Amino acid sequence: MNENPDIQAHQLLDNLSLYYGPKKKFVAICAGTGCRASGSLKVKEALEAELKKQNMNEVDVLATGCLGFCEKGPMVIVHPDKYFYQHVKVEDVPEIVSKTVAKGEIISRLVYRHPETQKTLYREEDLPFYKKQNRIVFGQNGMLDPSKIEAYFNIDGYQALAKVLSEMTPEDVINEVKKAGLRGRGGGGFPAAVKWEGVRRAHGEPKYVIANGDEGDPGAYMDRSLMEGNPHSVIEGMIIGAYAVGSNQGYIYVRNEYPLAVTHLTIALEAARQNGLLGKNILGTNFSFDIHINKGAGAFVCGESSALFASIEGRAGEPRAKYVHAVEKGLYDKPTVLNNVETWANVPLIINKGADWYASIGTEGSKGTKIFSLVGKINNTGLIEVPMGTTLYEIIYDMGGGIPNGRKFKAVQTGGPSGGCIPERLLDIPVDFDKLYEVGSMMGSGGMIVMDETSCMVDVARYFLEFLKEESCGKCVPCREGIRRMSDILEDICSGRGREGDIEILESMGAAIADGSLCALGGSAPNPVLSTIRYFREEYEAHIKEHRCPAGVCKALITYGIDAEKCTGCGVCVKVCATQAITGEKKKAHVIDKDKCTRCGACIQSCKFDAIKVK
Amino acid sequence: MTNVTEIKQKTKQIIKKHKSNKSALIAVLQDIQEAFNYLPKEALKTASNMMKVPMSRVYEAATFYTAFSLKPRGKHIVKICKGTACHVRGAAILQDRFETTLGIKPGETTKDGKFSLETVNCVGACALGPVVVINTDYHGQVTINKVDKIIKKINNEEGAQQ
Repeated sequence: MNENPDIQAHQLLDNLSLYYGPKKKFVAICAGTGCRASGSLKVKEALEAELKKQNMNEVDVLATGCLGFCEKGPMVIVHPDKYFYQHVKVEDVPEIVSKTVAKGEIISRLVYRHPETQKTLYREEDLPFYKKQNRIVFGQNGMLDPSKIEAYFNIDGYQALAKVLSEMTPEDVINEVKKAGLRGRGGGGFPAAVKWEGVRRAHGEPKYVIANGDEGDPGAYMDRSLMEGNPHSVIEGMIIGAYAVGSNQGYIYVRNEYPLAVTHLTIALEAARQNGLLGKNILGTNFSFDIHINKGAGAFVCGESSALFASIEGRAGEPRAKYVHAVEKGLYDKPTVLNNVETWANVPLIINKGADWYASIGTEGSKGTKIFSLVGKINNTGLIEVPMGTTLYEIIYDMGGGIPNGRKFKAVQTGGPSGGCIPERLLDIPVDFDKLYEVGSMMGSGGMIVMDETSCMVDVARYFLEFLKEESCGKCVPCREGIRRMSDILEDICSGRGREGDIEILESMGAAIADGSLCALGGSAPNPVLSTIRYFREEYEAHIKEHRCPAGVCKALITYGIDAEKCTGCGVCVKVCATQAITGEKKKAHVIDKDKCTRCGACIQSCKFDAIKVK
Repeated sequence: MTNVTEIKQKTKQIIKKHKSNKSALIAVLQDIQEAFNYLPKEALKTASNMMKVPMSRVYEAATFYTAFSLKPRGKHIVKICKGTACHVRGAAILQDRFETTLGIKPGETTKDGKFSLETVNCVGACALGPVVVINTDYHGQVTINKVDKIIKKINNEEGAQQ
């Protein structure tokens, strides 16, 4: 119950949100990590300078968080028409300002063209990449500068918190989240409200609320983009959660590799404190809560709950057996709610728009949307947010635009090192927590790595086991020794030393490791191997029985050669070859000395005529 | 070369900033590494004494987390992303080329102290894969043939500064 019912938190909040708002005209430029790497900050500076130069002080430049379509960065969106420009360079800026901003004219060389029809598409929402998405969480990124709390107020930020504090009891909040059907976005899909209820009821003080931002799954970066692009949505969700469970202290655990996320979170926390949204007596009520940022130090296992607690406590991140759940004994052995960053960001939406609205999105068992990172061998790489239940086919072909260079799709890997590879014939399955589990993979935090015919599935399994071997904390034997042995066997298979019976050993070891390991890292570690054996057994057999890598990846099993008909004798490959393995006369077909060749791939990447063949 | 007194003094300041709180050990180690580019033995001893954490615990944390280094690292840190997206786009052969060009393996530093080579599980810039992060600069869609150019550019910039 609100302990200070006289206070109308709504009114207090209204006083705060005196933000000027983006003026009618503004130019948004993506300043997420991807676009920054492509030079977006220079474009931003140029935009500001040019607007000044052309006396257009009424137009704002908004450096936003990640807009998702990272492939096309740096991206500029000119409002209010929402014209979408891709691959913008500093040289393009004067024209953007004088034509598009000033007169609403479109610069055709910067707009998106449909790869098949070549039709030009001007607006963000017309692009096939965005069209089928439902960006209820992630879409806010494009409307705000993450370093300004006023920008968040302007999109109804902290209204959910005000509503909770002035109108709802903690039980109401838990019931609303339960009714919405919110499940944890970190991988397990555990119902968030059940956790909250457990902590509310648990004995022991203080209680803790934690956001897990240790996004360790390689190939996944949606949490990064939320922390960087809309940090207040995560913070607001946490404050609401803390009110619901009765906690006064929260932590955000962020990966060491995400410096920009730490910067933006730090700015956001300070701004929230200054506005009375964190600290003592939030919005004038008797409820107090504050959040501390903890940086990880590069250990994948710290995404696991008990390892994460150990790390916050200042110890090596080793998991413990979970006879007693975190809701009873978590951080410092006190009742603790741990939810993933994306889960927290969903909470304000549920409160603002209602559980019924939220539950109307998604499937029977999985409600709402999910953000995925669509990466690998795919045309439109980036972050997408889709309703639960969208099929893999829609994601990969409609939004992702299919596979580049006319190659054939082979598999999509979901769930990171705990997940599996899903083959083409299962592309029609609707993506939700339960369906992915049924086909031997899992949702994980939302990485989707697309692979084509040039990806070797044995090599992918080897890659993940190598990764897990390094990241196993070493506490329990099945994980520490078992993964190492599985990794050795896979290494042998990829090096042409595979033996009959290896597949069966991998299968039986996989089952034992999954059963015997202490935490989820070991428990799910065999998944990448078991799922690739299940769907791509013939590739394993080709490696073992025929010493052949059908995809042309495993170095020990392939040779490079030059197609004499395609080779023009230009000599570029000769220059890039580090071992002088390529020889030939100018303007005549060259040859590769197989003994000298180290199959490093430099010649393939440099050849403009597709003349170098892998067998 | 930073001397022992200086190391101790700086470490003390760092620990004071974190109020000698035992649970801040990881944050203290992070700050020490930021100050010296690695974790000097003297700094770890100071931390152990002042924070009243046994040296074995300090050492455990310092060696458990991959972000920490007990050896001095190079002036420029080359991090090759080995995330899945980068892997399927050829991060392994890229690593080979960096190893040949710099003459070192991951975890090592060139003799002149200029470059350290490291691998990282995922930097979260997957759309640009394969990605290499040098110091704080992200290089996206790096091809094998760009490796020498990238290193050369850094060497040239240094030459120009001197």
